[in-house]
Amino acid sequence: MVETVLETHGLTMRFGGVVASDNVDFKLQARELRCLIGPNGAGKSTFFKCVTGLQTPSEGEVYMRGVETTHWMPHQIASMGVGIKTQTPNVMDSLSVFENIWLAARRFHNPQDANRKTQEIIERLALGSIARDDLGRLAHGERQRVELGLVAVGDPWLVLLDEPAAGMSAEDVERMTEIIHELNKTAAIIIVEHDMKFIRSIAEKVTVFHQGKVLMEEHVDRVMSDPTVRNVYLGKKA
Amino acid sequence: MPGSLSKDAITILLVTAILIWIMPQLISTYTLTILIVYGMLGLSLGLIWGFGGILCFGQAAFFGLGAYTYAIAAINIGESTFPMLLAVLVPAAFAALLGAMMFYGRLTDVYLGVITLVVTLILFKFINSTAGPQYVIGNARLGGFNGIPGFQTLNIPGRPDDYIWGDSYFYVCAVLLALVLFLVSALLRSSFGRVAVGIRENEVRMSLMGYDVRARKTVLFAVGAAIAGLAGALFANWAEIVTPSLFSLGQSAEIIIWCIVGGLGTRFGPILGAAGLAYLKFLLGQQSVVDNTLITGLILVLFVLFLPKGIVPALAGLWKVSFGRRPQGRIHQQRRMRNRGGANG
Repeated sequence: MVETVLETHGLTMRFGGVVASDNVDFKLQARELRCLIGPNGAGKSTFFKCVTGLQTPSEGEVYMRGVETTHWMPHQIASMGVGIKTQTPNVMDSLSVFENIWLAARRFHNPQDANRKTQEIIERLALGSIARDDLGRLAHGERQRVELGLVAVGDPWLVLLDEPAAGMSAEDVERMTEIIHELNKTAAIIIVEHDMKFIRSIAEKVTVFHQGKVLMEEHVDRVMSDPTVRNVYLGKKA
Repeated sequence: MPGSLSKDAITILLVTAILIWIMPQLISTYTLTILIVYGMLGLSLGLIWGFGGILCFGQAAFFGLGAYTYAIAAINIGESTFPMLLAVLVPAAFAALLGAMMFYGRLTDVYLGVITLVVTLILFKFINSTAGPQYVIGNARLGGFNGIPGFQTLNIPGRPDDYIWGDSYFYVCAVLLALVLFLVSALLRSSFGRVAVGIRENEVRMSLMGYDVRARKTVLFAVGAAIAGLAGALFANWAEIVTPSLFSLGQSAEIIIWCIVGGLGTRFGPILGAAGLAYLKFLLGQQSVVDNTLITGLILVLFVLFLPKGIVPALAGLWKVSFGRRPQGRIHQQRRMRNRGGANG
């Protein structure tokens, strides 16, 4: 039987009178790769924040590997072995690439192993030439790649990525796709994304959000050709 | 942080040697002692603010608490060793409680500043109002605005009649400052210190990497308070009296100015800033033409406008430009740009 690594029951998030996430039931199996799509304001990011502990849901429950994590803080969730990448590159700008990744590695390894793991990730993500550069000096794509390194170095079993391909060049997106596929060999992955080309290239199953609810959960091809999805998300001409 | 701990140790030894052998030729050891004490106080805020990103408006509270703890304990015990330890532990414990309340309460920087300021004010007001005979701890009367005079000053451990004073006290303070500076360097080079710098840079990211930011900030805050407490105890021994002015807002503001002028994010900056400005204040105190506070304020404005990073980072930058190697980052960047140019061409 395949293990369920993430599950939500009736996840609801209200901001005053606005219901950003409305009674969402969601399941993710081990080593599954799922994309979350939807128009702006559909509730994808709110769902992401509730799952990662960045926001506490108004109602409902979140379970990770069978453990309830609804009211957990982000550091507690990350400590379980969950890798999280937020929408904008969220890194330590005045520290070097090596120091950034080392700090992530140190959380799960002793100093010597952290050095070794950091070096491994730097080689795997082809960051060697910029390893001693401060993050603040790097291009957007490089920063995104480094942040993925922060996620990967902890050997996570669940990876949550919010718009990993945003603002990246075609070359960078291609490299990002490879990295995500490699991560997917050992971890289940959720990707919140807008870039349909990227989604087609990476996803099999897609969950469509609309007005805070799950509109549809299907194979990417079926989702793309569904008239309702096209109406709410892609537009009629797509 | 580049370099190694052994390099830090050599630098600290050199600076201490200069302080012990050369500085007494220029300034009296009595004045140097208080500059060292203020340097240690500056370092305490420099550690938590410059490396942990915690802007505390009430570092004077821990300084005063250290001084009062020492004075009260020294009167009751009659020997200085245990009171010195208490002067470090009591502010640290107080800061741990206050810090836990603030950091676990998820207070943002502005509220943190306000709370630390208010706590300092409360202590200032409270100590000022303890003139009555009912305010007694053991044999020690708190004394209100008059403070506590006449307590046992530093002695050789276990020998209450062998006082350490004059030049000897200066040497003790210099060695203690060197020791604290070395311990701070070791802390900053440890995983804990590197994580603290990461938290200063991006709390959310560090939290998403699995670090309990609240606990680490609380510990760092307590370490800073312990250093301030030690400085307070040394001050009490130097002045031989403790008064509520130790908790004053002016004292808190001065510590912040020392750090800004000396250079945040450096270990030597806050010490130099504290010693330099305190000495300037001492010199200015000998004249009555210009108001002291006005000059300190003017210096702060000038530094914020023209040298916002402070003296030590400015000097380090100047050294790098003049004698240092080109930063690795720039070399890589130029190499990348060349490669891109080659590929395009």
